Formats: sequence, structure tokens, C-alpha cells
Amino acid sequence: MRIAKDLVAASATPLVLGILAEEESYGYAILKEVSERSGGRLEWTEGLLYPLLHRLERLGYIASIWRTPEGGRKRKYYRITDEGRAELAEQRRQWAAVTEALQDVWKASRSFGPGSSPVWEG
Amino acid sequence: MSAEPDTGLEAQIAQWRTYMLRRRGMHDADVDELEDHLRGRIADLAGTGLRDDEAFLIAVKRMGGLDELSREFAREHSDRLWKQLVLTSGPDAGDTSRRRELLAMVVCAAAGAIAVKVPSWAGLGIADDADFYARNAGLLALAPLAAYFAWRRRIGAKVIGLLALLFAVGAVAANAYPLADDAQSTVLTAIHLPLALWLVVGVAYAGGEWRSERRRMDFIRFSGEWFIYFVLIALGGGVLTAFTIGTFEAIGLDASTFIAEWLLPCGAAAAIVVAAWLVEAKQSVIENMAPVLTRVFTPLFAATLLAVLVAIVWTSNGIDVERDVLILFNLLLVVVLGLLLYSISARDPAAGPGVFDWLQLALVVSALLIDVMVLLAVTGRISEWGFSPNKSAALGENVVLFVNLAWSAWLFLGLSRGRMRFARMERWQTDYVVVYAAWAWAVVLVFPPLFGFA
Repeated sequence: MRIAKDLVAASATPLVLGILAEEESYGYAILKEVSERSGGRLEWTEGLLYPLLHRLERLGYIASIWRTPEGGRKRKYYRITDEGRAELAEQRRQWAAVTEALQDVWKASRSFGPGSSPVWEG
Repeated sequence: MSAEPDTGLEAQIAQWRTYMLRRRGMHDADVDELEDHLRGRIADLAGTGLRDDEAFLIAVKRMGGLDELSREFAREHSDRLWKQLVLTSGPDAGDTSRRRELLAMVVCAAAGAIAVKVPSWAGLGIADDADFYARNAGLLALAPLAAYFAWRRRIGAKVIGLLALLFAVGAVAANAYPLADDAQSTVLTAIHLPLALWLVVGVAYAGGEWRSERRRMDFIRFSGEWFIYFVLIALGGGVLTAFTIGTFEAIGLDASTFIAEWLLPCGAAAAIVVAAWLVEAKQSVIENMAPVLTRVFTPLFAATLLAVLVAIVWTSNGIDVERDVLILFNLLLVVVLGLLLYSISARDPAAGPGVFDWLQLALVVSALLIDVMVLLAVTGRISEWGFSPNKSAALGENVVLFVNLAWSAWLFLGLSRGRMRFARMERWQTDYVVVYAAWAWAVVLVFPPLFGFA
């Protein structure tokens, strides 16, 4: 299953903020994390992830720092800021409202649920 | 990753890096970050049993097309490519559209040149009615520029209406008030109306999106580059003028009337549009000249101002408040503000605080200290002699600039200590543009009646 582009874009910010709210991380690890959490259904491109990270940094939701581990290569780590946490909470509220509404609609049209075939075919 | 560096892989990555860096809008740090990403993926793929070169190929392929990637980067970092992004709506402007742009520029420049001469056909000579030209020069010269941007940005009817209205208001203010030729208000209008109209041109430049913070910053950048191009054209024009006079003199003809009545006014009016077109069209020729000049002159100005401060303290000489001293210090504040603006406009918003920020802070603080002394001296004088249009305007400008710089200094302090994000500084400056506009219009519209058309 491929998730539609609009949906991927809309969910990108809360996903990044949510992942960084747990602990600081870097680009590739975030990408893998997103892929794992969605069971491989959300495949982000680098063209989505890095501009998004830079935008969130510009907005002050996350902050970055270059770290060079011993004997390793330098790597850019991101961590969430207080403003970012506030934004995450706000996004959570909005997403909760959306999913609640969707659940309601799904329940009303249960016969169209995943896997079941529409009634008039039977 | 293997312990000993694989030269084949390293060479491939190095080559990939150079390809990436060639893209516009990609900075070193971005490529570093992407390289780390690439290496992470290569290591993972190699862990599943692929050879390094196979892993490299797959990792690069997964990263997607370079074009798409760099376009996404460019969209976020529009400041790096501000000109291209604002200007070209499509990916690549073809030959025909470029020719159309050239044609539009020539038409608007010609319109400017003709507009300057139109009043003389109605019997208003440049030499005899200098005050008329002083008041209206900004209107005549900037209207074609606004028209050019209105065409270029394909502005909607509503915004065009707004632009026309603002220019009409300017025309009324410049001509309807019963101002004497030598009234102070005439001079003030001559200075402030072009400023006010320049910001109206900014509305056209932003394609009507004048509320957008980023578009405003783009316009600030544009203004700096435009100024540099204009000065360059003026220098060329100066050389042309000198040669015209010299060569005609050599054959016994006097060209000075032609120069004064035609070449200078028409040339200057046309140059306004041509300079704007150059900024737009020749993006990479002297890209970001204003920030380069800023880098050179910020330390020099900071040193000079500190020297002045030291000299004042050392000799305990007060500032002698002559007639023109306020103007001089206003200009100084304008220069300091310019240095500040153009270093802001070119700064990487994500970059941390650096030495240059401290330098800039020193520059702003020393300018403020000197200005406080001037303000104190001038207020004393005004309370003694009362307000005149000139003094009020100069004082008002001083206050407007002072407030901006004082708050900037405060923001800079936070920035230099790493406590504040750079975006707030940018925000402050782009928001403050409204204050300049309001002040310029106030001087043009309110001052003449307020001071009895003195």
C-alpha cells in the first residue's frame, strides 16, 4: 500500500517532532525510524526529510548540532526545543480531532471497511 | 563500515559530493549532512551482503534525482536563490520569454525616459521649474518601475488598483498642497515621496504578497543589489557625459544643454528600470554584492565609531549641534542600518553566533551611544527654538532609526550569547519596513498642512 502524497506531507511534521521528542537523532536514523514505525508503508525521500528538518529548525521547533564521535565522521544531530514540544502538542490535538472524525465516519460506513466487499456486489 | 577506507568507495563519494555542490542552493553543510545519510545507507546495505560499489549505486538511486532533491532544498532555502525563485515561475524560461522580458524592460525604461520629459512639453522646463521636478521626480521615475514589476509578476487587478491608488495619492500630495518653491516642506516631500513610493514598488515586487515576511526580505535584498547596479550605471553614465561634452567641445559645439535637459534626466529615469532588470536577469554576475560590501565595511565603520566615542570621552568635547549635524547623524544611522540589514539578509539563518555578530553589536551600540548624545543636544535646541518642518522630520527619522537599532542591539545581544534564534531578528527588520512606509507617507501627507505649508 502506498500512502498518498498529501497525507505523507501532512503527517511529516508531527512524526519528526514526535520522534525527536523521545530522543535526539540524525537524518538517516529518523528516516529509518519512520519506515519502521509505519511497517515500511511510509517511505520518505531525502528530498522530503532534510528540507523539512531545516524548515523546522528555522521555525525554532528543533535545534541542530554537529557532533563528531571519537574516530567517527561528523554528523548533524537534531533535538526538539520547548517551542517544538508546544507545536507537537498542538499537532496532536489536531490529529486527534481528525482521526476521531474519521473513526466516526468509518463506523457509519462499516460495510466499506478494509477487506469487505461493497454490499451491492453480493 | 569497514575499518580501512575503501578507496574505490571514497572516490565515488567524493565525486558524488562535487556533483551535489554544483547544484544551486546546496551548501557545504547540506552536502555533509546528505553524505552522512548516504554513508549510513551504504553501511546498512553492505551489512546485508552487498559489495561497496553495489551499495553505493543503490544508496544514490534511493536518494532520488539530484534535480528533485536540490529543488526541494531550494524551496526551503529560498534565501540562497531568492532571485531565481521570485522571478522564474517555470523551471526554465525559454528564449522567447527572455526576449519578452527584455522587450518589457525596454518599454518601461523608455516610458520612464519619456515620462520625465512630458512635463517640459507642458511648459515646465527642468531648469526653470526645478521645484516641480524635485517634487515629482520620484513619481515619474518609479511609476514605470512599478509597472514593470506589475507586468513581470502578472499582478491581479486588485493589487494594480492599490498601486495606482498609492501613486495617485503621492501625485496629489506632491502637487495639490500650496507649497512655495523654497519651502522646507518642498524639500522634505522631494526626499520622502520617493522613499514612500519605493516601498510601493516593493508591493509590486512582491507580486502583491507584501504581507509575506520572506517576500519583504527579498525586496530588501533586491533594494541593495538594485542600488549597486544603479551606482554602477551612474558611473558609466558619468564617463559617457564627460566624453560627450569633451568631444563636442573639440568640434566647437556646446552639448551642455543636451546633457542637462535630455541625457541626465532621461538616462537616470531609464537606469532605474534597467538596474531592476539587471538585478533580475543577471543574477549570478555580481550575486550578493551588498553582503560582500557589508562584510568589508562593518569592521571599518565599527572601528571609526569607536574611535569617535573614545575621542569624545578623551577630549570631553560635546557634539557641536550645527544645522546639518542631525542630517549627518541620520545618514550615519542609515548606513549602520544598511550594514545591519545586508548582513542579515545574507546570513544563514541556521548558523550559530560568531565573531561577526559581536562586531556588528559593537557597531550598533557605538552608533546608538553617539546618537543619544546628538539627540540630547538637539532636543535642547528644539525646546529653545521650536519646531520647524526640517527639524521635526530629522528628529522623527532619528527616533525611527534609533528604535530599530536599539531593539536590534538587544536582539543581537541575545543572538551573540546563543540565547535567541536568528529568525526573530529577521522578523523584526521585515516588520519594521511598515514603520518606514508610515513615516515617509506621514512626512509627505501630514507635514505640509501641519506646519502651515512652510
